[in-house]
Amino acid sequence: MEKIKFGVIVFPGSNCDHDAHYASGQLAGQDSRLIWHKEHSLGDVDVVIVPGGFSYGDYLRCGAIARFSPIMKDVVRFAGKGGIVIGICNGFQILTEAGLLPGVLLRNESLLFVCRNVSIRTENISTRFTGTCQKGEVLNVPIAHGDGNYFAEADTIRKLEENGQVVFRYCDENGRVTKESNPNGSVNNIAGIVNEEGNILGMMPHPERASDALLGLTDGKKIFESIIHSFVSSAQQFAAV
Amino acid sequence: MYHSKITIILRKSILDPQGKAVELGIHSLGYTGVANVRIGKCVEMDIDANQRDEAEKISREISDKLLANPIMEDFSISLEEHKGL
Repeated sequence: MEKIKFGVIVFPGSNCDHDAHYASGQLAGQDSRLIWHKEHSLGDVDVVIVPGGFSYGDYLRCGAIARFSPIMKDVVRFAGKGGIVIGICNGFQILTEAGLLPGVLLRNESLLFVCRNVSIRTENISTRFTGTCQKGEVLNVPIAHGDGNYFAEADTIRKLEENGQVVFRYCDENGRVTKESNPNGSVNNIAGIVNEEGNILGMMPHPERASDALLGLTDGKKIFESIIHSFVSSAQQFAAV
Repeated sequence: MYHSKITIILRKSILDPQGKAVELGIHSLGYTGVANVRIGKCVEMDIDANQRDEAEKISREISDKLLANPIMEDFSISLEEHKGL
């Protein structure tokens, strides 16, 4: 099988770009390249990763300035024609600011920067990002953010829930979604969502930091494997036609 | 030339934990009659415009497109005419 081409966007202030590059490239065994935010074209990538960090120092609002970087025009175009995009942490914030995902990430309810491993429950396994997970599977992944409190108008939340766009929810280690297991105050414990078309995922937890056994956690690998698997299965479907 | 001062504040429907924390501090100072403390941002700028309407329009557009996120924030604009700049 031909390798999947991942492109990881690098903004000034990104700090998970190399982790994402390593997880999608070396660990997942795919082709992965870093793309500087001043570039105007993504090239021939299959998947775009908007990584975590503090793009533009989080000035004004997290992600508010990054969306004006030249490369973002091509990310919007790529996403618009169904390209696979995953925004992690600051990347999630950037995708909401760019209007690619609904809602917004507010300051954590506790006002504290929370950096620890959390459990998240896989709510929807029929996405291109979760196909190799079990329904309700609990993943152990780290979070590290000060602004991860997902919020949207009640109507938007209802739509997200009805359409199965809530992909991950913060939960306890047994998969129970409780107030205590919500690290930042997100509505309905939301940790990750996809757009209506299902090709754009935004999540606050860091799968790329939970992909190498050397670092202790490997559940994040499933996200990368699911993405890769989704290309294989769509190629098989195509071949069968 | 106009001097524009844009105040951006979390919408009323959104909990402002920062404001709540500061409110506790205010109460600790003894000002117990103070309530509804909310924290926002203030952005100032000079705008090269001849008419107040024009400066207002520019301020509004900048706020809509960049300074405020309408999902969570409201903004207000106050303008002052600059002379002799």
